[in-house]
Amino acid sequence: MNNKKTNVSDILMKLGPLMVLAIMFVVFTITLPGKFIRVANLMNILKQTSINCIIASGMLLALITAGIDLSVGYNAILATCLIGVLMKNGITNPVVLILSAIVVSTLCGFINGTLLTRLDLPHPFVSTLGMKFVFWGIALLITNSQTIGFTNKGIDPVLWIGKQTIFSFGFPVSFLLVILIYAIYHVFLNHSALGRQIYCVGGNPEAARMSGIRSKDVLTIVYTLSGFMCGIAGVVLAGRLNTANTASAATYDTDAIAACIIGGASFRGGKGTIWGTMLGALLISTIRNGLNLFSAGNDIQYIVIGLVIIAAVTIDVMRGKMEARARKMAMAD
Amino acid sequence: MSEYVVELKHVTKRFPGVIAMRDMHIQIRPGEIHGLVGENGAGKSTLIKVLTGVHVPEEGEIYVEGKKVSFSNPVQAREAGIACVYQELNIVPMLPVVDNVFMGRKITNKYGLLDYPRMHREAKEALATLGHPDADTKRECGKLGMGMQQMVEIAKAVSINAKLLIMDEPTSSLGEQEIKQLMKTVRDLKERGIAILFVSHKLEELFELCDRVTVMRDGEHIITEDMANMTNDKLIQAMVGRTLENQFPKEFGVKGECMLKCEHLTSIGVLKDVSFEAYGGEILAFAGLVGAGRTETMRALFGADKLDGGDIYIRGQKVNNRNPSQSIRNGIAFLTEDRKGQGLVLSQSVKTNMILANMKKFMKGPLLKGKQIEENAQGMVDTLRIKTPSTEEVTMQLSGGNQQKVVIGKWINCDADIYIFDEPTRGIDVGAKVEVYNVMNQLVKEGKCLIMVSSELPEVLGMADRVIVMREGRVMAEIERGSKHFNQEDIMRAAWGGALT
Repeated sequence: MNNKKTNVSDILMKLGPLMVLAIMFVVFTITLPGKFIRVANLMNILKQTSINCIIASGMLLALITAGIDLSVGYNAILATCLIGVLMKNGITNPVVLILSAIVVSTLCGFINGTLLTRLDLPHPFVSTLGMKFVFWGIALLITNSQTIGFTNKGIDPVLWIGKQTIFSFGFPVSFLLVILIYAIYHVFLNHSALGRQIYCVGGNPEAARMSGIRSKDVLTIVYTLSGFMCGIAGVVLAGRLNTANTASAATYDTDAIAACIIGGASFRGGKGTIWGTMLGALLISTIRNGLNLFSAGNDIQYIVIGLVIIAAVTIDVMRGKMEARARKMAMAD
Repeated sequence: MSEYVVELKHVTKRFPGVIAMRDMHIQIRPGEIHGLVGENGAGKSTLIKVLTGVHVPEEGEIYVEGKKVSFSNPVQAREAGIACVYQELNIVPMLPVVDNVFMGRKITNKYGLLDYPRMHREAKEALATLGHPDADTKRECGKLGMGMQQMVEIAKAVSINAKLLIMDEPTSSLGEQEIKQLMKTVRDLKERGIAILFVSHKLEELFELCDRVTVMRDGEHIITEDMANMTNDKLIQAMVGRTLENQFPKEFGVKGECMLKCEHLTSIGVLKDVSFEAYGGEILAFAGLVGAGRTETMRALFGADKLDGGDIYIRGQKVNNRNPSQSIRNGIAFLTEDRKGQGLVLSQSVKTNMILANMKKFMKGPLLKGKQIEENAQGMVDTLRIKTPSTEEVTMQLSGGNQQKVVIGKWINCDADIYIFDEPTRGIDVGAKVEVYNVMNQLVKEGKCLIMVSSELPEVLGMADRVIVMREGRVMAEIERGSKHFNQEDIMRAAWGGALT
């Protein structure tokens, strides 16, 4: 009996974000007739979601291990700025530009992981918060705090990823990239040994260690991967923004955390799915998009997004309480 | 006014599936030092928790100075004058002494702010009465020695005018000098009319200190006697005095080669020169009291904790088990005593937990072989008779016994040579226990080396081929099955520090 009950509420919780997304769609469709449900607008939402989806995929890994990566926004911006600086110095080979951005960001992620696991810092909150400012500073340093424009500078192939749309209805390439990345993540998290280990280290680090899993190595890989995703996000950003600008990173980290949590990840670690994260990211973009169409300014948008984040964490807490109750019942049996 | 400061009558405390305390009674006189002894799991902790309001008993009455009381939380017990110094001290190490003494209590001045000058004065007075007139109440507690931290806890108890002070294993983490000071303090408290309930694993302390002693066993009251009428042997008899039922399906393997040899394992403050050998085809049991260093020995040889000295040989080959991952590769499996904390990832499925310790076996390139994992898990569920709706069920949902079998399955998947089972049947029901014993029999018959750490003497006598008794980080005795010392009394004697002749 009890089992059945918890299963039903479990499913409701999992469907939660999907239902909220559906309700949002209905509400915006009714209140914004002819504006919201248009192919161009929907494609626009996808385009706006891409960056967050890519960054959130790395964040998800950190959250599954009961950690967090607060440096993602500025890591991605650093990658974009690096492309700009290299371009200004006459390097226009797209392969070189893309690779340098990804390598540097991956290295940044590796540093995050190393600080956490080898210096025994108490929580990745500390190491990644510190590195966030370091990345920010480096980005300002290499660009001399100036905005670098990408338009007509001969690096269009790099911009193509973030800018181009395909098919007659204008499907963004960047979102195609997201689908590809997410499919790989799905296999990685569910069907690879490392993926399972990431969940186990997050679910119970001590049990993982006592089972011979090298928890520290797993954690280092997680933060390195998060950095790698930031590198890709940085490349997409270049095409999307057409500029390298350190000021544009403001909400990338919190957006990514919100997407993961809305999608079922937990600050307690051990859980979260990649498709849930995509739903979370889509939900955030849809809210932003709808409010934009209402001509709501940044002020209103920030307020709403803020409330959504709190609501998301509330869901997380409720989920935790329900699990604790299920555990208690299981123990009483 | 009653003859007793605290009295318990017919108290029963149940937990899901177990009766932790049955029809317990105890009477404590004002100003007496009352010893409380019993084996591991005899119900001493439950008794303490009932007295301090942590547990609410289902049946029975508690009287404080003749008045019937009922505690539903620790604050009520404290207000009634019952204080406890736990083995794990409740000290906030970052805060100064004065704040620790006044934790949960305060003195305010006329503005409603804390009156620190008075609090310092009173904390200082309290510590002075305990024999520490020069204590610095501004000092951070974390910077004090264990003995002094304990004094802060006692000061906390005294400053709320406790009538009964419970001390749970107070000397277990103290040095010799500190123990002397503590004993003096306890006697001073007695002089002031405060009753002490002194829980200890050290018989000599009880004889030195206590006026009377109560023995508990299996959650029940066995005897209460004047210490003067007691002897070592009488106490031990009272603690173990139960008969062995035939619930141990012991089968014998063929003793094979020496699989594991440990020489002079040393870990500062924990293990002192621990040496032993374990053979294929036999069950080697480690007996002793909680905290005797048995688990610590296993953790150290498994590479979970660092060793300060000593050598480990597996099949004659010297090995360096720096971490669990290496030990597993060297053929050791370690079923930890804390199933939920160290054995399982509770949020993961049965089948994921099964492959946790040996994923390589189920990998093809970087990917996992889903079908093989499913078949393996299904096979384990069948052979170990794990009751679960499916192999996808998260282990959180299983009962303790079934959870334990999942962990056993995980280690069987490692194809180890040496299996360490630390308290393998703790907290699981009788039927599951027998199934765990059968797995152990099976492993031994396959010629594996099995080491079992157990705090339950009947289990040790029922299953072991050889017993090593530890006490305070040392090996006290090694007893073969069939030797005249292979009985509860002698194992207990060794565990309590007595010599076997």
